[in-house]
Amino acid sequence: MQHAHYLIVGASHAALSALHAIRLHDSAGDVTVLTRDDSLPYSPTVLPYVVSGRSDPGRVQLRDEAYFAEHKVNYLRGAKVQKVNAAANAVELADGSRIGFDKLLLATGAAPLLPPIPGLAGLRYHVLRTLDDAVALREALPRLKRALVLGGGLIGMHAAENLAKGGAQVSVVELQPHVLSGYFDAEASSMIEQVFAAKGVRLLTGASVAAVAAQGDGCRAALADGSELEADLLLVATGVAPVTDFLLGSGVETERGVLVDAQMRTNVANIWAAGDVAQARGFFTSERIINGILPDAVDQGRIAGMAMAEDPGAMDYAGGVPLNTYSFFGQQALSVGVHESALDPAGVEVKKQIDVAENRYLKIVLKDRRLAGIFGVNSAFDPGIMWELILRAIDLGDEKLAFLRAPQQTARALMSRNWR
Amino acid sequence: MGAAYETIHFKAELCDGCNDCMTACAQAKARSDDHQQSRIQIVPSGEGFELAICRQCGDPECVLNCPAAALSKNAGSGVIDWDGSKCVNCLLCTVGCAYGGIAYDAAAGHVIKCDMCEGAPACVKACAPGALKHVKTARIYNEVGGLEDLFAPGLSGCQGCNTELIMRHTLRRIGPDVVVATPPGCIPGMGSVGYNGLTGTKVPVFHPLLTNTASMLAGVRRHYKRQGRNVMAVALAGDGGTADVGFQSLSGAAERGEEILYICVDNEGYMNTGMQRSGCTPYGAWTSTTPVGERAHGKTQDAKNLPLLMVMHDCAYVATASTAFMEDLYAKLERAIEAAKTGFAYLHIYSPCTTGWRFPSDQNIEVARKAVETNFVLLWEFTPAAGLQLTRPAENALPIDAYLRVLGKYRHLDPDQVAHIERSVVTNLGRIQMLAAVKGTNSAAAGRA
Repeated sequence: MQHAHYLIVGASHAALSALHAIRLHDSAGDVTVLTRDDSLPYSPTVLPYVVSGRSDPGRVQLRDEAYFAEHKVNYLRGAKVQKVNAAANAVELADGSRIGFDKLLLATGAAPLLPPIPGLAGLRYHVLRTLDDAVALREALPRLKRALVLGGGLIGMHAAENLAKGGAQVSVVELQPHVLSGYFDAEASSMIEQVFAAKGVRLLTGASVAAVAAQGDGCRAALADGSELEADLLLVATGVAPVTDFLLGSGVETERGVLVDAQMRTNVANIWAAGDVAQARGFFTSERIINGILPDAVDQGRIAGMAMAEDPGAMDYAGGVPLNTYSFFGQQALSVGVHESALDPAGVEVKKQIDVAENRYLKIVLKDRRLAGIFGVNSAFDPGIMWELILRAIDLGDEKLAFLRAPQQTARALMSRNWR
Repeated sequence: MGAAYETIHFKAELCDGCNDCMTACAQAKARSDDHQQSRIQIVPSGEGFELAICRQCGDPECVLNCPAAALSKNAGSGVIDWDGSKCVNCLLCTVGCAYGGIAYDAAAGHVIKCDMCEGAPACVKACAPGALKHVKTARIYNEVGGLEDLFAPGLSGCQGCNTELIMRHTLRRIGPDVVVATPPGCIPGMGSVGYNGLTGTKVPVFHPLLTNTASMLAGVRRHYKRQGRNVMAVALAGDGGTADVGFQSLSGAAERGEEILYICVDNEGYMNTGMQRSGCTPYGAWTSTTPVGERAHGKTQDAKNLPLLMVMHDCAYVATASTAFMEDLYAKLERAIEAAKTGFAYLHIYSPCTTGWRFPSDQNIEVARKAVETNFVLLWEFTPAAGLQLTRPAENALPIDAYLRVLGKYRHLDPDQVAHIERSVVTNLGRIQMLAAVKGTNSAAAGRA
């Protein structure tokens, strides 16, 4: 049986960040990285751009062979873990082989969540989670006249935009009253929706698909309101969920994701989890949440890697802060932190600046003079600085009015004073 | 060993908010006057100004956050390179950066960040008040960092003393083919010459008398030369052993043109033995033998200008240097090493004494810098061929008070004493400038031809 001191399952941002942290502290301990894909590491985030043709699938690799050679990393492709045996300190791969470990990191990410729509199982549809998915969707583009996207989240909206740019007539069906409801409020979402509408994308919000059926090479969807939609291609983007099925019976505790503490350690002492698969403490809630976003995966990966390598500089995870960046048709939307609805109303202040003509929107949420959330459409601010202001819970004090008036400049000055 | 890189240094206290750097950057990068397109951003902060710019991090979060492999740390230049052909405009890099170093530029339609202008930053050139500086000292680390440190670990200098830095840097650069003389003083005092039957160096070292350092080294050099071996003879001596007790042998060796590199670490007194005054102790300074009390108010004579005395010996090379200006120090060290192969080379390095001068131990380099910035110490070099040249302009000096007030040994000074020191600084500068106006033998020969 093969054995690795550090065994990392997964090869995206959390895994690579952990690997980086391990190698900063321990240049010698043997590391094996397992990926179920038959490729060098890539990011799921880049996939919509592979669909649109903006990214060449041959140039999206996050590391090359030389990196793994230089850092003495055993990078195994096509290695899908199907079982973890915590008691035996070993994992079992799909081909039946076993790999032992001293320390294990689960960074297996998430997989598309399929809605329970009658007829879906018997249909040809697309999802977007792997490079193969993206290439398949791209290859389908030229033959495409009408596309139906289920789900108006980030993946669905990215895909809808890119399908539209490819020349398809696109419809998006979203259950919530607005698209991107996880990150933006109704007003901001409306602004984004208007841009899509102007570009000819049909957004059916507050709607759901009751049933789907095959029709020729494509499909026909019956909506809950009785109307019907026909399409040559169906993309299911109704969300993702952590991949935890392979942990059944492993002894590793899971809920919606793999439960971890502030060092990303699971209930098993030598097993950690990070990234989209992990369910870790939230910054604004006492519950453990899944904060499936790239920058948080990088953060969690680093914390896990440092803890695994017993780096004395290891710090506790501050807690997941919802955040995202979203570019659409050359416009930008940014979201850092939480809306007022997620907070106890005492001490909450909200300020909005909206310029409809310029399609500009800015909302700032303060709690006890500290930043809790900032959201913008075509409004300039530095998300990284805002995130840090939230994590450090910096009291804006006398700068509060200046911050509400000019958040970017004021935050940059606060940055210089507080963390340089 | 990792590499060190050049960087843009910002001195907030010198920034006057003129924003010329932003204009220069926007011009250089976007042919625009729009400050939004500048990759360097000056922001008002209270009474002053602060800076948002890419710090070209060693462990860059933006790179880890990029899903498209468009950002990477350039191992050669240290710059975080942005590849526009890979960037997908997702803006996740701007989430990773907590310094506002990479931001979306609406006019350009993508993120922009500082690329150091391929080693010649336009912003630095445009900064009239000198708040921005292009620091290139990384070169020293890259060139010398891999050389072997020829001193043993664990030298016991006083906290905050820069002498250990001087010793380790110089010997690293000189290399192992050397015999080192460390006459009585702080340098052997901190253990370099030996303890418990072992030397504190990885090369031969000896402990001459205060009086005979240069003559012993002359013999060592001649001995090896006769054997056909090129072994450098180097002195690491204090100012007392050089300027006072050791001066006759130094003067003789210099006059004879012995092939020696003589490094004087000047801390302005006999600091190792209890902070007595030396011939290099400046006017007004407190020492244990020039005390401050009801009648006495520190030293009543001016320091002798030892490096200038060495110029009068027409040595192959003479220079003054400061650890606050390491690039300058290294350039001079290299020239001194070269000169010592054929003649007498003398390097005078100023060494603020945390213990004897009475200042906080974390301020050594700052004190050394203030000494130079006020012209209390002048940086220059001399060769017979080129004559004497200032290596750092003496114009726009800070008032002498900026130096005196940071040192406990000057705390008692009355206005008359300060005026005396001011006059001495002016006189000294005048003499150096006068010498700088005298042409070296190169020019004289050219004139005759």
